[in-house]
Amino acid sequence: MSELKSGSNLEKVLKAGYFAFTGECGPPKGANVAHLKEKFQYLRGCVDAVNVTDNQTAVVRMSSLAASRLMVEEGLEPNFQMVCRDRNRLAMMSDILGAHALGIRNMLCLSGDHQSFGNHPQAKNVHDIDSIQLIALVKKMRDQGKFLNDEVIDVAPKMFVGAACNPFADPYEFRVHRLANKIEAGADFIQTQCIFNMDRFRDFMKQVVDMGLDKRCHILAGVTPMKNAGMANFMKKFVPGMDIPDDLINRLKGVDQKDQAEEGICFALEQIEEFKQMQGVAGVHLMAIEWEHKVPEIAQRAKVLPRPVV
Amino acid sequence: MIVADRKPIQEILAMVKADKKILILGCKGCVTVCNVGGVKESEILASTLKIARKQQGKDIDIDVRVLERQCDTEYVAQIKDIVNDYESVVSLACGVGPQFLSEMYKEKKFYPGVNTTFFGGAVQHGIWEERCGGCGTCSIHDFGGLCPIARCAKSLLHGPCGGSTKGICEVNPDTICVWDAIVTKKMAAGEIGDLMGVKGFKDWRSARDGGPRRSIREELIQGNI
Repeated sequence: MSELKSGSNLEKVLKAGYFAFTGECGPPKGANVAHLKEKFQYLRGCVDAVNVTDNQTAVVRMSSLAASRLMVEEGLEPNFQMVCRDRNRLAMMSDILGAHALGIRNMLCLSGDHQSFGNHPQAKNVHDIDSIQLIALVKKMRDQGKFLNDEVIDVAPKMFVGAACNPFADPYEFRVHRLANKIEAGADFIQTQCIFNMDRFRDFMKQVVDMGLDKRCHILAGVTPMKNAGMANFMKKFVPGMDIPDDLINRLKGVDQKDQAEEGICFALEQIEEFKQMQGVAGVHLMAIEWEHKVPEIAQRAKVLPRPVV
Repeated sequence: MIVADRKPIQEILAMVKADKKILILGCKGCVTVCNVGGVKESEILASTLKIARKQQGKDIDIDVRVLERQCDTEYVAQIKDIVNDYESVVSLACGVGPQFLSEMYKEKKFYPGVNTTFFGGAVQHGIWEERCGGCGTCSIHDFGGLCPIARCAKSLLHGPCGGSTKGICEVNPDTICVWDAIVTKKMAAGEIGDLMGVKGFKDWRSARDGGPRRSIREELIQGNI
């Protein structure tokens, strides 16, 4: 195995060539540590790392840095999410150093949902730098041991650098180029937006493979199990950048209300099976939104357990 | 130009509620072009205020003047002989006007009669859109002549975010995704390569982040030009 960049479990799993399986955990709308730790238990042993979201959908929650540290203390591996909406470059570099000091070794660099969608739409946003520059910043701090201004860092933060990719937003033709740019900036791994339109994702991955991007970066396919047809309809209508085919909605509607969750899970399992075989896909990122307790069952049925110990 | 919107009449009424003699001071600059603070709008505001105050049973004496501009001291000085005739002045210029007035006539009260919004232009009669954020280091030529700093809700520099849908910004259905426009233009020109690579980190010192700005032209100060 070549030299590790951060030594995180996720990095080791991916470098060893295992099919990675990551999860997600939203911090609470409060300082309820007990509730957070309860959610951790569903993820323990089922995933290689857990994304800790950063005020997702621009709703104020416990800080992703604090929740990531709580996760480290509980023996799980966080993937610390950082958005460009709420921090300028000073706060970013400071929190990156702090994250490393607290034992965090994975970071996901994001633009962040616009504050107008959240619960404090009156807020001023920052956007000092954008997500691609944030990737380059974390990489520079790690590999060159320097701040943005070229001052030397006393103990550089070692992060396995992640980024997001949405193959379903427009303009579609540019999406693979944006992904290439994130990889060029220094992304070690990519987690895609929730995939529902498999035809489009197959086409997207073909472009990725044709450009050789999968050889330069580990790409994890995003999977969100639908809880019911209502959730699918809501996401289709109200969540920007989501591509939910009518076929999927009809499939969920085609079964009794009480069976729709199971149908949603079945679709997710079929997806995971296909991703295991799909060229260029190095793993799955499971976003079971407020459904963490279903993760053990999904992981079991997806036959991704036990998780490798590297 | 600088674009402004009308303030609600109730807000202006509340500002001048204690005053019995006021001046409405319009401006022939940008606010005339965007139909919010010129001669016509100043007279309409005067009439509206008079009617509203009459309904309240409190008459008000209102005069109207319109200056060439309110962002030059030489024009602002033109009211020096009359400004003391009024208890207060409602300026219909952009936010610059009532400040220049307040700085020159320190004892007087000047109220902003409009909400100054952005640097932009009219895309059709009655609709203005933002085009410039005044960041102080223009590089729109790097983006097909379109500004992602001012026109992308997240000021992204490397392409559209995941919320861009059919050319529309996720933040406002009436706003185009400027990145969709940039990408479409660059792709059509076969210049997609221009959008690749990590752009230099922006130096915001030239923007408002560097503190209030001054623009100094020595040759003008020295009177050479």
